Amino acid sequence: MAQMSMIEAIRSAMDVMLGRDENVVVFGEDVGYFGGVFRCTAGLQEKYGPTRVFDSPINESGIVGAGIGMAAYGLRPCVEVQFADYIYPAYDQIVSEAARLRYRSAGQFTASMTIRSPCGGGIFGGQTHSQSPEALFTHVSGLKTIVPSTPYDAKGLLISAIEDDDPVVFLEPKRLYNGPFDGHPDRPAQSWAGHPQGDVPEDHYTVPIGKARLVRDGFDATIVTYGTMCFVAEAAVSETGIDAEIIDLRTLLPLDIDTIANSVRKTGRCMILHEATRTSGFGAELSAQIQEECFYNLEAPIVRVTGWDTPYPHAQEWQYFPGPERVGRELTNLMEAAS
Amino acid sequence: MPEYSPLTFRVPEPPVRPGGEPDFSKFDVPKAGTVRRPEVDSDPDDMKDLATSLIRVLNRNAEAVGPWAGDIDTDLLLHGLRSMMRTRSFDERMMTLQRQGKTSFYMKCTGEEAIAVGQQLALLPGDMNFPTYRQQGLLICQDYPIVDMICQILSNERDPLHGRQLPVLYSAREYGFFTISGNLGTQYIHAVGWAMASAIKGDTKIATGWIGDGSTAENDFHAALVNASVYQPPVVLNIVNNQWAISSYQGIAGGDLATFAERALGYGIPSLRVDGNDFIAVHQVSKWAIERARRNLGPTLIEWVTYRVAPHSTSDDPSKYRPREESAAWPLGDPILRLKNHLIQRGLWSEERHKQAEAEFDEEMRLTAKEAERYGVMGEGASDRDIFEDVYKDMPPHLSKQRQELGV
Repeated sequence: MAQMSMIEAIRSAMDVMLGRDENVVVFGEDVGYFGGVFRCTAGLQEKYGPTRVFDSPINESGIVGAGIGMAAYGLRPCVEVQFADYIYPAYDQIVSEAARLRYRSAGQFTASMTIRSPCGGGIFGGQTHSQSPEALFTHVSGLKTIVPSTPYDAKGLLISAIEDDDPVVFLEPKRLYNGPFDGHPDRPAQSWAGHPQGDVPEDHYTVPIGKARLVRDGFDATIVTYGTMCFVAEAAVSETGIDAEIIDLRTLLPLDIDTIANSVRKTGRCMILHEATRTSGFGAELSAQIQEECFYNLEAPIVRVTGWDTPYPHAQEWQYFPGPERVGRELTNLMEAAS
Repeated sequence: MPEYSPLTFRVPEPPVRPGGEPDFSKFDVPKAGTVRRPEVDSDPDDMKDLATSLIRVLNRNAEAVGPWAGDIDTDLLLHGLRSMMRTRSFDERMMTLQRQGKTSFYMKCTGEEAIAVGQQLALLPGDMNFPTYRQQGLLICQDYPIVDMICQILSNERDPLHGRQLPVLYSAREYGFFTISGNLGTQYIHAVGWAMASAIKGDTKIATGWIGDGSTAENDFHAALVNASVYQPPVVLNIVNNQWAISSYQGIAGGDLATFAERALGYGIPSLRVDGNDFIAVHQVSKWAIERARRNLGPTLIEWVTYRVAPHSTSDDPSKYRPREESAAWPLGDPILRLKNHLIQRGLWSEERHKQAEAEFDEEMRLTAKEAERYGVMGEGASDRDIFEDVYKDMPPHLSKQRQELGV
């Protein structure tokens, strides 16, 4: 078993798939010769040549649109949009085209493609390098949306995504690229080295799409979360001593509602935690589904801890980011809430 | 005192509006046969004049003249004429169905038949078109089953697309016809991507992209051109300039200050402006561009200059925004009439055969429509289960649940 950072795990997934399937191609801004601004594709062009791994013009609708044309031909493109904040020019291509080809052509044409994009904050990226737009994709029928939180899951899920016959939006929490992050920016950065989820097989394996992961077993409450917030939740649990169960969704759509509902039925209290803005965020959908499934088991109102409904600020990042202190406080409130 | 007078704001206006006399005096129609034909492997730098001229082959006497006339197989010309006539008969029959309330919506391509038919007949099996909604000729000239087209339009139980798509948004992979999107321009970059894939795989197939004059304003038009320029894939990028985007004349898309063809020059892509109502010019220029693509010489853009005789769709009345007589005044004439006269002039066709063929095709469309109506009209027979199929390859649990909720 190799030790990998999330960057290395993502690179390894593409490496494995480029090697196994001649129809896989990788392209995006700066991904070719240079290997990507986050190095996720480093060395792949050298290994597989510029017709399999190449640079694209700065044109996100073109990256996704060309990928759709390639998928219609029969390739399996795995494209990179350099930051999730840059994905909006491609939104029409993702929503109206990639997500709809199979349906509108009755299966004659499909968009078997993966759209990778780094998301989330915690890197002082300001409002154009920090956003978490996952709810814009979970709202779209025909798409699958994945947010991994560990190197092991990132590789296994990315391989599943590339092999999937439907379009997948694969959002990579960039704050987790080099190590887990508990939400304490003042503490030394951690590395994936030595972390059990940093043990990653070098060969092909998959993590199934649509299955959540139990991060921590607990009885007092359920924290439903994904991405960077998995580690913030762990920190909050350890700092408050509240015995909360933590569920990492991994795949937002299709949603593993059974795992969530089973946990909430057991604990009776539920916190939904994400970095993205609150109103119409994915937490709203989670909250609705959890009350539909677990209303009579709930001992307190479901609580959402999220980014504020503002653009992502630069200097005030740590007041915006739902850190362990805010999560811990809300968790304590949740436990104190009357049944 | 300020140094400058107040700024003024320009909103382009067509030369004439309803109530006025049609005016094409500013539309320059060069003589047929006067535009040169470079070799396909000439330097794109030496072809720039072709983006502002107008390639025409059929002259006023219906003769094919000049360097683009070439030699076209007689059977192909006759097939081209018949296909254009069948397309027009089909359009008329579908308009009737719409007026009878058997379908919600229809779009004719009257006056533009030569473009889709002329180009399709220059393609090979396996090539892929990425069409808009006005290229029904691509299917009709390949003898795609008319009954399937009508069943799609009627959204009935035999609709190949299971009632999911607006009428005329066909999909026919086996006929090299990509699923049409109602979102304009999105398919242009798909054509480029498909052609890139063909090149990546070392294939010999090529793609064609289709877009209208109005939709060249969309971002995806420029996405397609920049990617076509960068990667030089085997693609023919067609702009059908039919002068009108619903009620907006081509000037609203920027077509009155430069030709649409000229847009490709900034990308280093060879670009030709062609009489789209001249079947022979369409076919020969298409062959030239397709040859470039197939010989790995890269993309070509072609602006087909034509006129949308029909309304945009059954949902608009063109006399509200342009003179009713404008289509009759269009200087490039009727593509069917022009090819018909050419073939008669060569002794390959006659007025009598033309009349017979018209009657034959009208009857074919009438009978085929009747056959299609047996499978239902206006959504009859479309299965509600099909709402939930094909969203994903395998239906996820939340959709199974919603399907049960609907009780199907």
